[in-house]
Order: sequence, then structure tokens, then C-alpha cells
Amino acid sequence: METEREAGGQKELSIYIHIPFCLKKCNYCDFLSFPATEAEREVYLQALLQEIDQQASEYTDYQVKTIFLGGGTPSLLSEQQADAILDRLNLRFPLGNSVEITLEANPGTVDGERLKGYRRVGINRLSIGVQSLQNQELDLLGRIHTATDFYRIYQEARSADFSNINVDIMAALPGQKKAAYRETLLQVSQMKPEHISVYSLMIEEGTPFWKEYGDSAAGRELLPSEEEEREMDAETEYFLESQGYRRYEISNYAKEGWECQHNLAYWKRNNYAGFGLGAASMVQNIRWKNTSSMADYLADAGRGGDLLRCQIQRLSQEEQMEEFMFLGLRLTRGVSIKEFERLFGRTMEQVYGKVIKRLRQQGLVVMDEYLALTSYGRDISNYVMAQFLFS
Amino acid sequence: MAGTEQSKIRNFCIIAHIDHGKSTLADRIIEKTGLLTSREMQAQVLDNMDLERERGITIKAQTVRIIYQAQDGEEYVFNLIDTPGHVDFNYEVSRSLAACDGAVLVVDAAQGIEAQTLANVYLALDHDLDVFPVINKIDLPSADPQRVKDEIEDVIGLEAQDAPMISAKNGIGIEEVLEAIVHKIPDPEGSMDNPLQALIFDSLYDSYKGVIVFCRIKEGRVKKGTRIQMMATGAKAEVVEVGYFGPGQFIPCEELSAGMVGYITASIKNVKDTAVGDTITDAANPCKEPLPGYKKVNSMVYCGLYPADGAKYPDLRDALEKLQLNDAALQYEPETSIALGFGFRCGFLGLLHLEIIQERLEREYNLDLVTTAPGVIYRVYKTNGEMIELTNPANLPEPTEIERMEEPIVNAEIMVTTEFIGSIMELCQERRGRYLGMEYMEETRALLKYELPLNEIIYDFFDALKSRSRGYASFDYDLKGYEESKLVKLDILINKEEVDALSFIVHADSAYERGRRMCEKLKDEIPRHLFEIPIQAAVGGKVIARETVKAMRKDVLAKCYGGDITRKKKLLEKQKEGKKRMRQIGNVEIPQKAFMSVLKLDDR
Repeated sequence: METEREAGGQKELSIYIHIPFCLKKCNYCDFLSFPATEAEREVYLQALLQEIDQQASEYTDYQVKTIFLGGGTPSLLSEQQADAILDRLNLRFPLGNSVEITLEANPGTVDGERLKGYRRVGINRLSIGVQSLQNQELDLLGRIHTATDFYRIYQEARSADFSNINVDIMAALPGQKKAAYRETLLQVSQMKPEHISVYSLMIEEGTPFWKEYGDSAAGRELLPSEEEEREMDAETEYFLESQGYRRYEISNYAKEGWECQHNLAYWKRNNYAGFGLGAASMVQNIRWKNTSSMADYLADAGRGGDLLRCQIQRLSQEEQMEEFMFLGLRLTRGVSIKEFERLFGRTMEQVYGKVIKRLRQQGLVVMDEYLALTSYGRDISNYVMAQFLFS
Repeated sequence: MAGTEQSKIRNFCIIAHIDHGKSTLADRIIEKTGLLTSREMQAQVLDNMDLERERGITIKAQTVRIIYQAQDGEEYVFNLIDTPGHVDFNYEVSRSLAACDGAVLVVDAAQGIEAQTLANVYLALDHDLDVFPVINKIDLPSADPQRVKDEIEDVIGLEAQDAPMISAKNGIGIEEVLEAIVHKIPDPEGSMDNPLQALIFDSLYDSYKGVIVFCRIKEGRVKKGTRIQMMATGAKAEVVEVGYFGPGQFIPCEELSAGMVGYITASIKNVKDTAVGDTITDAANPCKEPLPGYKKVNSMVYCGLYPADGAKYPDLRDALEKLQLNDAALQYEPETSIALGFGFRCGFLGLLHLEIIQERLEREYNLDLVTTAPGVIYRVYKTNGEMIELTNPANLPEPTEIERMEEPIVNAEIMVTTEFIGSIMELCQERRGRYLGMEYMEETRALLKYELPLNEIIYDFFDALKSRSRGYASFDYDLKGYEESKLVKLDILINKEEVDALSFIVHADSAYERGRRMCEKLKDEIPRHLFEIPIQAAVGGKVIARETVKAMRKDVLAKCYGGDITRKKKLLEKQKEGKKRMRQIGNVEIPQKAFMSVLKLDDR
């Protein structure tokens, strides 16, 4: 977990690949994702490969450390399609042996054969989005699979030789009883995945859930209260730590040594390049997003340059400091005081002394070599993080 | 134009209930007389301010001179004096009417007589104006002109059977109105050989010309170089220019003489020296006595205005200074609030006036304001025999020093269709109204008369009236006087600290209800903090209502997908931005809009 950016004189790079397709949108989902025919998916794949071809030259002096195929539902990719992507990446980027390559899988879209295929083409980490093991809750969320599908897929993934598995679950669902959530947590941990992500459900505008639970006071009443949510969160931490998981980030738990390197890259502000529709990148303190318009993407992916890029933002030093703080504070260990000074040439005390003093008095952060959130600070992390923004 | 024969001058105004088409008719008259082509006309020429056009109301009196070629072959000079339409500006209306010899009464063919129709007609008759009615909007499907004519005859007693039937909007019947003006409105009296006697009915400050006085010459004449005197304020000045009103512009002329309406500029620095209603005379040859009816306008409603950003205090002061140049009714003096810092206690003619000033400050001067709860002037009689006129609740003496208090009472007239009488009476009852009587206008409509405390109607009475009558009730009031009342100061404590800007005076019987609602409202407005915040309402140190803002327990954004941190950053920025619009009271941050929310306690 050292924050060294450069290994052997080469800069580290993470790669994100966006697969914007799913069989059916879930009721809470506001990600860039939609159902598409097989033919459409194939056209997209070709554009994606062209984009990789065109953009790779920008990263010749980078060493790729992690690759993440996210979505949407990347497990809609056939073995051949996954192979094509990784093959192209391998052709254009020097991929070492130790690259962490994750694929997100929906239990309703894969079988044992497909999983074996993924493993064969080089995917070494599987992230299974199950969200809940209560069929009633899965129904409410609009998921396309049952709890049984999960158990089956999980076993098949192990059979297919996946030794690094993450399971995504969701807390604070509408009307969720603590007992039901506890049951999901228990079942998941008994499968002994290396990594568990626990997300609190966010009610996002524009989703079916927004109309149901976000838009009216009556709807919001159905969601667990702040207090209940906080209790669930505390219980999750307590329980998973008792099962040998360590909470290394606000929503992520892992067995020692199995932390998700790709996610860490985001929080530590390592360089990452995103390919595909709407994918986000940050390279050398410049952030941008690819276009979210499929028509534009298909037209321009093969033309190179920065045609696809939107919202290009060159981060000022102040913005870099802000990000360093609010992203780094997500990590349990916190932000390194030495690293701050090394990067910005000023001490954290000089820049944030007053804020830190106040937050410490309020019992929201603690400080030694790192500045880190206390457990109450984590509960209200948005409040704490906002304090590090310059007005 | 000094040569205009006095007998060919018609000085008139148009009076109407709000929305009955006064300004539209004025536009048509101006258009018809060829002063402007319709292409040049912006809708409603006389409503100058953006705000007036947007709200469809007239705030400042406007005047225009037009030439009409009548059917008798003669050329007539019309001076159309447009009057403000709202009860807040009653005094200005009354002075404008005094400048006229007659009035055109516009009545909506569908709605008939409304409260302000009556109020305006009575006001016009009080000023001895000849009034003739015009039935407008006859092309509406719901128009019932015959009923309305009968109503005018029955209720007001004006001959209405031959009233012009018009649609101002579509230009129908305008010619008829113009002819009626020639024949039904008398030519002005007075003689140009008498000593100068001119009525000021408006004035405005122009950065080039200085103060411009709008006046009606009753007797005598005035021209450049005349040394004039304002009889009430005593101010003297030498006339620089006289002239009359083109649409949207001033046209200088040689001389103004008896019967004419025009403007005078002189070496006057302050509009306060040219009070509306005052009489101008020739300093060298003064008239014997001023014209009747002058009174000093007094503010009825007070509130604190504070810049949202404390550093903008000087900007607010400058803006108020400038606004006051054109609005002598606006009063202000500096005050300090523990909660809000430096600001001004401002006096207004009424709530509409307050809203207009507030909007103009925000729009024209780009200021972000925090307004405290509006109040009226209370009379506090102290045990030591002293009497204070209280405009700021914070200055209320200790209860032991108070012998008694009085509050202003108004006479209110509410016109309502019979089906809503019950709910409107209920409303007046809730607002401590004293029922005086009811008159039926016709079978379906009645005029309710009530005495109401002014402080019960300055918040949201008008809105409540509209919502309880589905928009049909109309309302007019005038000040009756002061009466003793059981009043208390309601204090709000946030986290045990009194917030002076939230205190207000209320009748003892309503204190509990108001206090409870305030606490509820503030509970919704104040964001959760790291600690629990009690919100209390107290009267004389005794807590009468309480709510609690619970401590913040959970505020986490879990998902941060695919390295796209823009949304997370936006959320944090929003949080940070929200903090900027907060006022720090002790260790509690209160959003600025919480101070305003107390104005809208009845919107649930």
C-alpha cells in the first residue's frame, strides 16, 4: 500500500474499460448503461478496440498495474470479446505478470463455461454484484437473478480457479429490516470471498427509485433513518472484522493482502486511463471524461486525439490538494502527512492547520503520521471532506 | 403650447380594480391618438419599470399628454394621469386624482364591481371628479355587460346604460371612449392671471435634470426663471425648465398655465423637498393658501434589511439612498442585529411596497438580502409616562416598564361571492377581526366590513384571502387608528441563544400557535449539526414551544464509480457552498432563508 507512484523509473497506470450494456436496468441505477442487441454490442466493441489503438501512444512510458472492466454488465461479454479487449491491451501496453485484472459479473448472466473462459483469457479477479441474498429485496431492486444464482456462480468461479473474488452488497434498502441485512452479510461472509464491498443505497434522481423514495416526504419515510443506517454500518464493520476482514476504505473490506489495487489507485490519485463510453480518466493531474453520446463515441473512437474528451480539467495545485484530502480520507489509514509535503511543497499544517485542529476537537479525525477519520468522522465523512475544500 | 385654450384641455385618469384593464386602455388611447405607432409601443407604455410590467401593476404615477382630433373638428389636449393601483399607494392615488378633473372608470364585463372599484370611485367622487364608466373585456365569453351596467347603477349610482362597450385588448370601442372624454369630462377651472398655485402629484430624481416635479397648475402660470416656493416644506428654488409629458420623455415648453399638467425642474437636490400633495406657489407673489389635502406620508410597515454578505453593507446603503431619491415614502435608518450584523430598519407604505423595494434592491442593485419579519408601529406607553413608537421588536422595553401597548387597526372592506362568505368570515375571525357589517351588492355578491389589526394582515392575509375564495375575493383597507391590545414579544432561542432577528410582536392569544409554527419551520430549515440543537419559542423568558434538530448521524457518499469523482466533488462543493449562505449564531449555522421563512407560516 505504499504510495510510490513510480516503479523502476516508470509511471504506474490503471486502466478502466467501460461496458455500457445490461440486460435490464435496475431500479436504483443511474450509471451509463442500457440494454442493447448483440450486434450493437459488437459494433461498440470494435470502436473500443480502435480507441485503445489510437490512445495507447500517450502512455508509452507507463507501466500498467491494474485493469478493471466495469459497467453496465461486463459479464455480457463473450469469452472471445473479453479476449479481444485484453489482447488489444496487451498488444498496445506492456502488461506485466502481476497486473490485477478485474471483471464485474452479474450472477444472472454467466455460467461455469463463461467463467472458465474469462479466467483463460487472463482475468484474475471477479467482482460479483449480488447486492442482497434476500429474493424479496432482489426483486425490489429490479435485479435479474436470485440468491441461488449467486451461490451457483460463486462455486463455479472457484471451480474456474478464481482465487480473488469480491462480492458487492447493498445496505439501507427501502423497508430493509436489520435481520434481513444481517442474514445477507452472514451468508456472503460464509462463502469466504477475499473482498467484500458494502454500499449504502443512494437514491439518485432520474431512476425509478427516485420517484418512489426520493421525490416525496412519504417516500423518504420508507428508507432507513440516519440512525438505522449508521447502526447497520457499525454492525457491518464489527461483524466483518470478526470474520477476518479489514475495513480499508469507507465501503470496502478485504482479507489481508487482497485489497482492490484498482480502487486504491483512485483514492491515491494514481494515473488512470478510461476507455469506452463515458469513461473517466486522470493522467498527470488532468481529468476528463469520454463523451456519453454513443453516436459521437462510435464516430470518433477511431479518429484519435482528444475528440472523445469532455470536461477536460487541468487541476490547479489547490484542486490537487483538495482531492488528495477528500479522496485519501476515504482510506482507513488516511492521508500521509509526509506525502502531502512531498507533493505540494507545503506542510499539511500550513495549508489545513486550522481545519484539522477544529476537526480533531470535534472528534472527527485523528493524526499521527497519517491524518485519518475516526469512526464518527467516517459516519459523516461528507461533512469532514467538505471542510478541506477551498472556498 | 402655451396657446392651448383652457377649454380644450381634459385632465383625467383611469381608475379600475386591479386587472380590469386600466393600463391596456391607456395604451390604446395613446396609440389611437397617433402619438406612437403600434410598432413603437411596447405593451403598456405607462408602466415604466420592468417590475411593473412583470407584475401587471402600476407603482409610480405616470402621466402623458396627447392630442386628440375630435369628431367636432376641434383639437383637444388630453393629460392622462395614470395612478398606482394598489392600496399601499392610496395617498399617491389620492394626489393624482386631485390633479384631474374627471375619471374614466373601467369595469370588467365579466367580474363587475370589485373592492378597489368601489374604493377608487369613492376616492374620485371625494375629489369632485366627474366619473363615467366604461365596460371592458366585452369580447370575453363570460362577459355580461348588462348585468355589470345594472350593478354600476345600483351600487355606485352612476349612469351606465350608455357606457362605452369596449375591448381594450383588441382595440374595440376606443373611439367612443375618446369622444366621451371630450364630452363628459369638464374643462379645467382656474385663471392664469391669479397667483401661482400648483399641486405636486409626483416627483422623481433624474441624474441629469435633478428633481423633476410633476404638477397640475390650478391657478396662475410658471416659466423658466420663476422663483417658486413649496408651501409645506418651505423649500425655495428657481425654475430651470418647464414642459409636458411625451410618452417616455419630457418635452420642454415656454410656460405652464392654469389648467395644464406638466413638469418643473428647478435647483432642488432632494425629492423630499417636493413632497407629493404640497402646493407650489410664486415666492414673489404667493397665493393666499395651499391646496387642501396635503399630508405627510407615514410608513405603516417596518422590517430589517440586511445584506446577505456583511461586506456589502455600504452597497446597500448607497442603493437605499438612490432608491429614496425617487421614492420619498421609503424610510430607513441604520440598525445592528447580533444575528445579522449591520443593516437598516426600513419603513414602507405596506407589504407590497416592501416587496417592491426588496425586489428592486436585488435586481437593480444586485444585492442579496436577508429580510426580517415585517412589523407595524406599536405605541408603547411606559410607566414613566413616556410613549414610544416601536418599529423594532428588539427595542421593546422591559415588561415592568410597560404600562400598556396599542396597535394600529384598519377598516377593511372585502368583496366576495356569497358562497365564500363563511370561509372569509372565518379567516377574519382567526385574524382577530371585528365584524362591522355586510352589504349585498347583488344576489351573489356581498361586501364584508371588518376592523382588523394591521399586524394580522401584513404577512399573508391577501394570499389567504385569495386561496380561501378561489381567487374571487378582493380587498381594500385604510387606517382607522390605534387601540389598546394585549401584545407580547415572542423570542426565538436557537441552542439556548436568543436570535434577535427572529423576534416579533404578537397578540398574546396567538403567541403559542405562532411560536409552535416558528419552531416547526425552523426545525426544517436548520441543517443537522454535529450536536443536537434545541429550538425554543419564549415569551418573557418562559418557553412556550420547543423542537429539536437532531445531531447529524450519517452523511456518506459511498459510490464513486469508475474513477468518476466529479459527482462526489460537486456534492462536497454544494455542501461547502451551502455553508456560505449561513449565518453563524453561537456555534449554530442558520441558513439565510430561515429568516425569511417566518414570513410564510401559513403556507402549509
